[in-house]
Amino acid sequence: MASPDRGRPGEQMSQQTLLRVVAKMTIPFILVFGVYVILHGEIGPGGGFQGGVILAAAFILYGLVFGADELRRRIPPPIIDACMALGALFYASVGLASLLRGGTFLDYGMLKPHHAGDGEALGMSLVEYGVGLTVCSVMVTIYLMISERRSTIRPGEEGL
Amino acid sequence: MELVLPEAIHAHLPVLVVLLPLFGGLLALFTGLIQRGGGFVAWLWSAIITGLILVCAASMLFEVHTTGEAMVYRLGSWPEQYGIGYSVDALNGYVILVVAIIGFLSTIYAKDSVMAEIARDRHHLFYSVWLLAIAGLIGITVTADTFNIYVLLEISSLTVYTLVALGGDRDRRALVASLKYLILGSIGATFILLGIGYLLMLTGTLNMNDMHEQLVRMHQSGELANNRTVFVSFALLMVGLSLKMALFPLHLWLPNAYTYAPSAVTALVAATATKVGVYMTFRFVFTIYGGVYDSSADLYFLGLCACAGVVISSMAAIRQMNVKKVLAYSSVGQIAYIVLGFSLANESGVTASVIHIFNHALIKGGMFMAVGAVALRAGGTKIEDFKGIGRKMPLTMAAFTVGGCGLIGVPLTAGFISKWYLVVGAMDEGYWGIAFIVLLGGVLALVYIWRLVEIIWFGKPDDPTKQVREAPLSMLIPMWILIGASVAFGVDAGWTADSAHAAAELLLEGGP
Repeated sequence: MASPDRGRPGEQMSQQTLLRVVAKMTIPFILVFGVYVILHGEIGPGGGFQGGVILAAAFILYGLVFGADELRRRIPPPIIDACMALGALFYASVGLASLLRGGTFLDYGMLKPHHAGDGEALGMSLVEYGVGLTVCSVMVTIYLMISERRSTIRPGEEGL
Repeated sequence: MELVLPEAIHAHLPVLVVLLPLFGGLLALFTGLIQRGGGFVAWLWSAIITGLILVCAASMLFEVHTTGEAMVYRLGSWPEQYGIGYSVDALNGYVILVVAIIGFLSTIYAKDSVMAEIARDRHHLFYSVWLLAIAGLIGITVTADTFNIYVLLEISSLTVYTLVALGGDRDRRALVASLKYLILGSIGATFILLGIGYLLMLTGTLNMNDMHEQLVRMHQSGELANNRTVFVSFALLMVGLSLKMALFPLHLWLPNAYTYAPSAVTALVAATATKVGVYMTFRFVFTIYGGVYDSSADLYFLGLCACAGVVISSMAAIRQMNVKKVLAYSSVGQIAYIVLGFSLANESGVTASVIHIFNHALIKGGMFMAVGAVALRAGGTKIEDFKGIGRKMPLTMAAFTVGGCGLIGVPLTAGFISKWYLVVGAMDEGYWGIAFIVLLGGVLALVYIWRLVEIIWFGKPDDPTKQVREAPLSMLIPMWILIGASVAFGVDAGWTADSAHAAAELLLEGGP
């Protein structure tokens, strides 16, 4: 067991000027790069998964330097949970939209029936955005869960 | 930009049965935002979604039986060789209906059970994962693409691990059980993936029918005569699938996972998850390898494992001190019957397997529901909790007893019909030993069921002042629908036998 004197994880890091400044400077660039990888994924290397992980790295860096509690305060867990579901829902909705427009499920060509090629490009991009959102929020959730210090063993109960 | 609605929604049914729980599960997460009564809203939403799935599944099976042809659906309109195809025929239409029926009834049943067993702030998560598990199970059954099977298998497995772990609110041993299930389940899934990979290497396709055609072509040109790849892929698949369906020596994850999972989860998983594993095995053994690779020697090995499983797990069931564990070991034995049936590879044997998928789902689903009702009212599922409980919860325990008769295989119950076909199948091949083992399994089932029945109806409660009430109607109705159906299909097995025959004929077309 860690002694209580050591404080919460990240507390000391947040007091170091160098780390604070460098983190604050790099985070915007990481975010932009993540968005770029997601947007670019349809025609080049990258895509929703890779981009989502890069985006999550920005949030995790913030959490490491300023503390997980601070990250939790900035983006509350209910919002991250909602983003996880929203990304996947967005993906499925693109598939459903093509179904409702007379094609089969995930038939992107039907998104623009007169320009099937454009429709396919559009469908692929939209799907990648959904993947990016879900992957990013899942990664952040995993980080928050691991950094959680609250023991789930309730008082009066034996550990396993 | 006008919306072109599909001419007839029935063309989309094969994908709708997966999309409904997928969308439903993701949307159920948002009920967590409702401050008060969010758990009830989540339950109502799940009940509506599973009800709609049941309607879709029933109309699909009806259409398949009336037209006599498989319903094929191509995702993204890709040709089947490249894209993912969903196809529904007499076999998987039937399995989807089983999953849909159990899914709907156990959702209805879950309301009170989940209220009592799971922390209030997790109800939206529970129902979300619950619907995603149903999406995975139905997806495995509906798809005709082997890699898609693996993906959906992972969805259903991961969600089931979570559902089992949610039992940790009531008993913390659920977490260990879930972890064990996760490790063994992942090993099984890896074997399955490797097997699919070798098949892809050999045939260059992932579509089941296409794979089968390629294998037949290679078989006819003699390329498969001494081909190790086909043998290795078959072996890997069989090991992985045996783990997933809990065939005897690989069943170790099952008893604890079933015992410590929340009651509603046990009812759903016991009745569907292993059955879907059996369905996958059917597909691989008969649809893909059928008539290509002489697998009869290897099926003989599966039959041997199944025989051992019937006897040993039934004997283990006799010794258990927790009623859920008795039923869990009994499930291992019942899965062994199903495997024994199709390992005979003749018509009666395969019919027995297919019919027992349905009958066992009804019986075990109903019995686990009865045990869950006791957990709710008496606070536990140990043998002591059941002493003399028949007088306090007569309707629940009557359902349990009738279900127990079905496990034994008493005439006029559904269990008898399955065993009848199984014994006929064994006799057709001249395997008297197997017929004897089936009967021995019945006797052992009589022992473990009678032990419980005696305690339930004639036992004296340890604490006579303890107040125990009858289970609520929301539990009794789904329980009695399942148990009642198991008796109804035992008295008149016309519909189940016809469906199972159609499915067995379809499987044996190629000949193993």
